[in-house]
Amino acid sequence: MKQFLSFVKKEFRHVLRDRRVLLILFGMPVVQVLLFGFALSNEIKNTKIVIVDYAKDYASQQITTKIAASHYFDIEKNLLSHDQLLSSFKKGKIKEAVIFPASFAKDLSHKGGAQIQVISDASDLNTSNQITAYLTNIILNYQAEQNQLQKIPIQIIPETRMLYNPELKGAPNFVPGVMAMVLLLVCVMMTAVAIVKEKETGTMEVLLVSPMKPWTIIVSKAAPYLILSLVDLISILVLSVYVLGVPVAGNIFLLLAESTLFILTCLMLGILISIGTASQQIAMLISLVGMMMPALMLSGFMFPIENMPYALQIISNIIPSKWYYIIVKNVMIKGTGFSAVWKETLILAGITLLLFFVSLKKFKIRLQ
Amino acid sequence: MPEVVIKTDKLTKRFGNFTAVDEITFEVFKGEIFGFLGANGAGKTTAMRMLTGLSNPTSGKASVAGFDVYKQTENIKKNIGYMSQKFSLYGDLTVLENLQFFGGIYGLSDKQIKEKSEELIEELELQKQANKLVDDLPLGWKQKLAFSVAIFHNPKIVFLDEPTGGVDPVARRQVWSLIYAAADKGITVFVTTHYMDEAEYCNRISIMVDGKIVALDSPGNLKKQFNSQSMDDVFLQLARGAKRNE
Amino acid sequence: MRTLKILLQKEFRQIFRNKIILRITMVMPIMQFIILPLAANFEIKNINLVVVDHDHSVDSRKLLSDITSSGYFRLIDYDNTFDEAYKFIETDKADVVLEIPVDFERNLVREGSQKIFIAFNAINGTKAGLGASYLRTIVSDYNKDILVDLIPSTKNANKAGIDVVPLDWFNAQRNYQLSLIPGILGMLVTLVSGFLTSLNIVKEKEIGTIEQINVSPIRKRDFILAKLIPFWILANVIFTLGLILSYFLYHIIPQGNLLVLYVFLAVYLLAILGFGLLVSTYSETQQQAMFIMYFFMMIFLLLGGLFTPIESMPHWAQMITKLNPVAYLINVIRMVMLKGSTLKDILPELGSVAIMAVVLNVWAVLNYKKKM
Repeated sequence: MKQFLSFVKKEFRHVLRDRRVLLILFGMPVVQVLLFGFALSNEIKNTKIVIVDYAKDYASQQITTKIAASHYFDIEKNLLSHDQLLSSFKKGKIKEAVIFPASFAKDLSHKGGAQIQVISDASDLNTSNQITAYLTNIILNYQAEQNQLQKIPIQIIPETRMLYNPELKGAPNFVPGVMAMVLLLVCVMMTAVAIVKEKETGTMEVLLVSPMKPWTIIVSKAAPYLILSLVDLISILVLSVYVLGVPVAGNIFLLLAESTLFILTCLMLGILISIGTASQQIAMLISLVGMMMPALMLSGFMFPIENMPYALQIISNIIPSKWYYIIVKNVMIKGTGFSAVWKETLILAGITLLLFFVSLKKFKIRLQ
Repeated sequence: MPEVVIKTDKLTKRFGNFTAVDEITFEVFKGEIFGFLGANGAGKTTAMRMLTGLSNPTSGKASVAGFDVYKQTENIKKNIGYMSQKFSLYGDLTVLENLQFFGGIYGLSDKQIKEKSEELIEELELQKQANKLVDDLPLGWKQKLAFSVAIFHNPKIVFLDEPTGGVDPVARRQVWSLIYAAADKGITVFVTTHYMDEAEYCNRISIMVDGKIVALDSPGNLKKQFNSQSMDDVFLQLARGAKRNE
Repeated sequence: MRTLKILLQKEFRQIFRNKIILRITMVMPIMQFIILPLAANFEIKNINLVVVDHDHSVDSRKLLSDITSSGYFRLIDYDNTFDEAYKFIETDKADVVLEIPVDFERNLVREGSQKIFIAFNAINGTKAGLGASYLRTIVSDYNKDILVDLIPSTKNANKAGIDVVPLDWFNAQRNYQLSLIPGILGMLVTLVSGFLTSLNIVKEKEIGTIEQINVSPIRKRDFILAKLIPFWILANVIFTLGLILSYFLYHIIPQGNLLVLYVFLAVYLLAILGFGLLVSTYSETQQQAMFIMYFFMMIFLLLGGLFTPIESMPHWAQMITKLNPVAYLINVIRMVMLKGSTLKDILPELGSVAIMAVVLNVWAVLNYKKKM
């Protein structure tokens, strides 16, 4: 035990010595969570659209006014030709065009129906989908109002409630996702470098000839980083509650416990990487180039996992941040208890143990 | 009177409140082996870094190969060779590739590089290792190679910072015989060391204590002056007053 | 010139000597490029629906069948109470609960209007927003239908029947991969080349070889250039491999001139590599370089406009993206690959990136001190 403690102490000294790295380790996750918490969202605002109104009648003008009043759009009224529209799109000046045909109001009242064309820049399909949906909603609202004015009988009025996130903000979805991603990358990166560095500088051999058991070396390597990560976690949580306005709806202790488990998973992954590699450079490249994009794309907070092909859904299961994202979403946003996340917890624990034993085994092989 | 190749006048380097090198004044003549002795932390490396243009002096004057250390460092660099305390060849390049690289950056032509490499490899008896990675050579050989690389472009002066640190006695002697050979060719050797027996190999030595030069003469004269049998003894007498810890 | 040649020779030798690094830098991005695009799908379909139908009437059933046959919604379960249905939302099994009240049909006919209750799991605001919008459209169509059914005379007097006709330009098949894959390729190239350059100079610092360089008459400019050129070439190779793969795997055919794309890429890479070198000159250890680079790379990627629209960001964050080279890259790749934009169209972006390239590289050269 005494051996173990002195070893942990040494590890702490290493970590605390390099002030620059320490500053980065604390500052980075905090800045990132703040930045992404504010900036990541799919809400439409101030989007540049052009309204091509060939009708210029009361109906087209009323709809235009409604679109303008929504504050989602930055409207330019201009009678652009097809070629002019094309060129505006190609220069990236506008995102969407709304076209009212000539005699729009007349068709509407006499023929009983009229068309509005909504041309979108589908090269950015995600954004264009949103914009089209917003525009459609505004136009349908207009129609519903007209229906009521004209006392059209028989209609179903949907009353929609948005649970957990009534204003449809980006933060409730992205904050758990960003938390999972930032913690994953920072924890893996820190630990991955730690052991390899000892290998590079040759101090590893000193440790290996000492009477320390392999598991003590692994555990004490991880210990300071666990504490560092917990400090990061707490600062992230404080920020998300007080600055980003995403409160912890569920039990804070459950959230902390689950986060500790996730951090352990990441530390073990980092240790496995560092045992398997020979130089810092390789360890860092694997933990960053190798993990950044998969963690971003396969953990479910950017792209819905249920949309992915089956094989990829299977692959996504090995990404620890996927499970943690589900847990945080449930505990932090929905406020559910342990009963709702026991399965995910079990999986994370399983991954952690697996990583630990594989590391231990690889480590022992190197000893012989 | 032999030609002066290094000349300093009250050269000083301060880091904040700490004076690493304190008004040192000396001259080094062409073709001599000039030893720079001192305990760890006495200021040897700092002094050498100023002379090689790696570090700006705080005050004082100095010239190397006739060029000023403040303004003409790039000219100095063309005329010197340097072997740092840290092993500084590329471990992931082969022996030949290192020679090619360092010869190239000092402006030797491909033909010159080829001829000199062959010569050198024969001299060092590295024929079998010529295409091996430098990382895979034993330390003693690396050190000999590093020295040879430092004088590969025939510099006027070569600066050696603890060239034999951590090397076994046989290899040390071999490095020194290379140093002699270089001096015979007219290359001035400026060498720092804390091995006192090595001091005996130098033409003249200066002994630094706490950033100052406290003695400067040939080993024979110094021994006479301090009434000692060995340089070790001379050094101990001088270093007794040192305030800086190692 | 000769010094540069010698320096380059050394850099290339070192790059090709380390087979593991070479493999990581070539194989890892390509592997990811083969797998990740399959995940790149924002399409909102299969919204899981739980229904609480208190009415069980012909009309309620018709409404449900309209909803499920739309292709956006997937009926998961029927429940008797809202609370039961809500459990599905709590456990993430369902995204939306639709509740049809008792006497739905009767009220519709007698009173002329009837509410239905919809509750979305809105944690993912995008999904909920789009889902709600789809549902509204379906209900609005349904309203028209029943009107015509019940009062056939209204068929021609169908007031205010506005039909929104969406047209998707540049990507008529509404293919998410087309919209995302070129950007993903750009990101992978950026990651690899950025990280490698940031590690490079600082590695020489750590090993100590930089001293030997610093006492030599090598010019700073040559040294930095020699560090830049190999990775510039490497990045171009990876990008080209990626383009070939995206043609064969995802059938992405560039609409514009590839030459325009390469011109932009050439300048863009100078900016990214210059940034990597700058980080390298500021760092003392590889670890520091890597952490700093990671910090910026993550911001570059996430605020690049590929995953969430730049327009959706707050004003100050949009200002930050003006300094984000990746945002320009993603924009230009889309413009050239999908919209067929010409060199003239991308000039503003090209100019911005060129300024960044100049500033970053000059800064890196100035900050690389041969003296300590």
